Amino acid sequence: MNLTVYLGLLHKSEQTLADSFRQVAQGHGDEPDIHFLCQTLARQCDAHQQKLKPVIERYGEDTADAEPERLHAEGLAQTRSGPVGLLRDLQDLYLLASLVDITWTMIKQAGQALRDQELLDVVGQCDGQTAIQLKWLQTRMKQAAPQALLAAR
Amino acid sequence: MVDRISDIWGTRTPYGRGGLWPVRVDQKLADGVREEDVDRWVQSACVLCSNGCACDIAVKDGAMVGIRGRAGDLVNHGRLGPKGLFASWQGVSHKDRLTRPLMRENGRLVECDWETAMGRIVEKSKNLLEDRGPLSHGFYTSGQLFLEEYYALAVIGKAGIGTPHMDGNTRLCTATAAAAMKESFGADGQPGAYEDIDSCDAIFLYGHNMAETQTVLWSRVLDRIAGPDRPKVVCVDPRETEVARHADVHLAVRPGTNLALMNGLVREVLRNGWLEEEYIREHTLGLENLRSVVEPWTPEAVAEVCGVDAGDVREAARIFGTADHVLSTVLQGFYQSSQATASSCQVNNLHLLRGMLGRPGCGILQMNGQPTAQNNRECGADGDLPGFRNWENQEHVKELARLWNVDPLVIPHWAPPTHAMQIFRYAEQGSIEFLWISATNPAVSMPQLPRIREILAKPELFVVVQDLYLTETATLADVVLPAAAWGEKTGTFTNVNRTVHISDKAVDPPGEARSDLDIFLDYSYRMGFRTLDGGPLLTWDGPEDAFEAWKKCSKDRPCDYTGISYARLRGGSGIPWPCNDENPDGTVRLYGDGVFPTDPDFCESYGHDLLTGATVGPESFRAMAPSGRAIFKTAEYSPPHEEPDENYPFRYTTGRTAYHFHTRTKTARSRPLQAAAPKAWVELSAEDAQSLGISEGDLIRVTSRRGRLEVPARVGDIRPGTVFAPFHYGYWDTGGSPGSHPTAANELTITEWDPVSKQPVFKNAAVRVERIAAGTGPAPAPTTTASRPAVATVPPTRGGEEAEVEERLEDEAPPRFPEAINTAAGGDWQ
Repeated sequence: MNLTVYLGLLHKSEQTLADSFRQVAQGHGDEPDIHFLCQTLARQCDAHQQKLKPVIERYGEDTADAEPERLHAEGLAQTRSGPVGLLRDLQDLYLLASLVDITWTMIKQAGQALRDQELLDVVGQCDGQTAIQLKWLQTRMKQAAPQALLAAR
Repeated sequence: MVDRISDIWGTRTPYGRGGLWPVRVDQKLADGVREEDVDRWVQSACVLCSNGCACDIAVKDGAMVGIRGRAGDLVNHGRLGPKGLFASWQGVSHKDRLTRPLMRENGRLVECDWETAMGRIVEKSKNLLEDRGPLSHGFYTSGQLFLEEYYALAVIGKAGIGTPHMDGNTRLCTATAAAAMKESFGADGQPGAYEDIDSCDAIFLYGHNMAETQTVLWSRVLDRIAGPDRPKVVCVDPRETEVARHADVHLAVRPGTNLALMNGLVREVLRNGWLEEEYIREHTLGLENLRSVVEPWTPEAVAEVCGVDAGDVREAARIFGTADHVLSTVLQGFYQSSQATASSCQVNNLHLLRGMLGRPGCGILQMNGQPTAQNNRECGADGDLPGFRNWENQEHVKELARLWNVDPLVIPHWAPPTHAMQIFRYAEQGSIEFLWISATNPAVSMPQLPRIREILAKPELFVVVQDLYLTETATLADVVLPAAAWGEKTGTFTNVNRTVHISDKAVDPPGEARSDLDIFLDYSYRMGFRTLDGGPLLTWDGPEDAFEAWKKCSKDRPCDYTGISYARLRGGSGIPWPCNDENPDGTVRLYGDGVFPTDPDFCESYGHDLLTGATVGPESFRAMAPSGRAIFKTAEYSPPHEEPDENYPFRYTTGRTAYHFHTRTKTARSRPLQAAAPKAWVELSAEDAQSLGISEGDLIRVTSRRGRLEVPARVGDIRPGTVFAPFHYGYWDTGGSPGSHPTAANELTITEWDPVSKQPVFKNAAVRVERIAAGTGPAPAPTTTASRPAVATVPPTRGGEEAEVEERLEDEAPPRFPEAINTAAGGDWQ
C-alpha cells in the first residue's frame, strides 16, 4: 500500500513546517505578531504530528526513497531581514504550508476510500488548522506587500 | 455641598427595578462665582470619559466658569463625575495652553505663525507624496476629537492622500469592542443601553472597573444596589475594586487568563441547559464549534488556570443562567489583555445563548475608553472605513468613491487600514516618513516607551503634533500646532450607547489656537486635494457642513444619522442612533428583532479566525449563509506569551484611577484631582510586600525586559503575585524625561497585540520587584478607590473646600425615551 509514502511525506512536511515557523519566529522578533503567532502555529504542527502517530503505527510510514522528492521543500535554514525579506520568509512558509495542506487532502481521500474513521477523525482535527495557517499567512502578506514593495527603504 | 473627591459617586438616589433613575443635578462653579453671576449657559457633554454626560458650561465675561449636568438628558439625569466637575473647563483654562504654532529650528522648538508652520507641513507633505508616494504618510489621531473632525481627517487621508496608514489611540482603548461586535454581529454598534441598568436583575462586569472609569454610570448601578430589589453583581478583575466590593461573586483571575474563564462560564451555561433553544435556532450559527471549544473547561480546569475558586465559577454561571434580565459590560481588563477579541466575543456568546439582547435589562455594553472613540470608529479615521463599510466589499468602496467624487482606486482597500502599532513599526523602519499625531500622547500611552520615544525622535521622521499642551509627544515634534479645546469649538460626539450630543462653542480659544477641524480643512486646501471634477475635495465652511456631509455618508448604514440635526440636538436630550425615517427619535437598543447585520452585502466585516486574525474572506462568509443571524465566534485558549519566571516572577498589569484621564494633560491641571492622586505608585499585595520586605510608601523598583519604574509602593488588596501601575504618569510636569526614577507604567509593557482587534496587550507582562529605599510617608495613591491601602494608618483622600459640589435632588420627573428627545417634526426646542 502506497499510503505509507504519503504518511511519511505528511509527517516530514509537518515537521519541516514546525521548524520553519520557529525559525521565522526567532528571526523576526521585531514583528511581535509574527514572532508569537509563528510559535503558536509551530505548536499546532507538533500536535498534528502527535495525532498522526497512531495512524502511522497502524500503516507504517515510508521514509525511504520509494517516491523520491523532485521538488525539494527543505524548510528555512535561516531568515532574511528587512521588509522584503520578511515577505519572502512568509511566502516560503506559505509554500511549505501549501504542501502540508494538499498532503492532508490526499490522506483524507485515501482515508475515505479505506473507510478508516480513525484516520478521518485525525484529518478532521488537523486540516482545518492548516487551512487557517495558510489564510493567516495570506492575510499577513497581503497587508505587508504594498509597504515592502513600494515604500520600504 | 458634597466633597466629590472623597465621595466620588455622590449622594445616593435609590430606585427599584423597572423604575426611572431619579434626577440629581450636579453643579460646580468657580470660586466666588454665584449662579446669578453667570452670563449664559452653553450646551455640551463631558469629554473626560466615554460615558457622555450631558452638561451646560457656565460662561461669564467670555470665560468658562462652571459646569452643570443636564437634568433632561437620558444619559446622566443631571449628574457629573469628579473629572467632569473638576477638569472640564478647569483642565483647558490653564496658562500652559499652547497659543502659537511651534517649529523645530536647530533642534529647538520655537514659536512661529500659522503661515510658516502650515507652509512647512505642506512642503514636506507634497515633496514626500511626489518622491515616495502616499504610503510615506501616516495619521495617528485620538478618541477625543469631534465627529466632524474625524470625518474630515478620514476624507483627507483616504480620498485626498490615499494612505491606508490611519489609526487613532482608539486602537488602545476600544478596538476590541468594535472587533468583538463585528465578529459576533457583523458590524459595530452597541446592542445595549444604559437604561438596561434600570431593569436588569444581574449585572456582569468583565474587566470593567466601572466605579473608576465611568463614575456616573456606576452611580446608576449603586442606586439600583441601594434600592429595594438590587441586582446581583458579578465582577471579573484581579484587583479588589469598588465593583468587586459590591459583587456577589468576585472572580479575581490571573491577568492573561480571561478566555479560560469565559470558556468555563459558557460551558456551564451549555451543560445546564440554560439556553433559549428557539432563539439559538432562529438567530445564530456556529453552536457546535462553540460547544467543542469550551468542552475541556470544567470549573476545576478554570480554577487551575485562572487561580479562582471552582465554586465561584459555578455560581457566576448560575447567576447568568438563571437571571431573567442580565446586563454585561466589558472594558480594558478584557480589551487590553491576552486573547482580547475571543474573550469579548464569549460575552456576546453568553447573551446569544440566552437570547438576551434588545430587551429592557438584557443588554451588552462593549464599552469605549474615550468620549468620542465611537465617532472615530464610525467616521473611519481609525482602522475602519466610514459608515461601518467593509474594505473587502468593492461595492462599499465604490459608494464612498461616489460620495466623495474620487476614483475608487484612490481609496486604499487592499487590506484593512494599518493599525497603530504597525504604523509605528513602519515609522521605525523608515517607510513612513510623515506622521501627523492629533490629540493624543503616544510618548506616554503606547507600550514599551523607550522604543516609542526613539521612534518619535528619529530625525528622518517628520512629526506633526496637534494638541492643547506641550505634551511629552509634542516635545519630540517637528511642528506643533495649538488646537482649540472642548468649549472653544462646536461639534458633535457619540458615547458608548450610541447617544449623539452636541457641544457648542462657549468661548474663544486662547491666542492663535484653532479648532482641529479648521486645521484639517486648511491642510486640505493648501494641499490642493481635488475631486474627479477638479473641484476642491472638502468644501465645508464649518462643523455643521461637515455634519451634514457625514449624514449622507451614514445613510442606510447601521450608524444612520440622517434624522439628526444640530437643531434637534440643541435643547433636548442626546439622540441614540440609528435615527432615520424608520426610527425618527433614534433607537435605544439594537437587535430586538434578532436580526443582525451579517448580510454579506451589508456587513462591516466578513470576520476573522480569532486565534490568528486570518480573514474569513467574502466567499467563505457567503458560504456560511449567515442571513441576519449572529455568529458564535470563539478560539482555543492560549496562555499569555510572557508569563512569570525565575527572573521576572510577578505578573504586571496597568490601569486607571478615578481621578485622572489618560496622560493627565487636563486632569493634572485641576487642583482637586491632582491633589487626590499627585504622583505615580505601584500596588502590590500585603503578602508579597511582606515577603519582599516592603512597607507602605517604600520606594521600589519594578523591572521588565523592556524598562523599569521607580515609584512608591502601595500595599493593597490586589491578588498576590500581581502588581499594578496606573498608566497616567508621564514626565511633562517632572522635568520632561524619565530621569533617574521613571514613573510611566508603559516603560514596562510589552509590544504585542490581539490578532484580531490589534489592541495592545497592556495588562500582561512579567516583572520583578525590589525595594530600593524607605519611604517618607504613604504612597501618593488614593484611599477611596481600588488603590485603597491594606493598613488603616494612611490618611484618607479628601478634597476639602475646593472639591465641594452642589447636588440638587429635585422632584423633577426623570427623562424618558422618546419624550426627552426633540421631535423631528419641529416643536418646542430652541
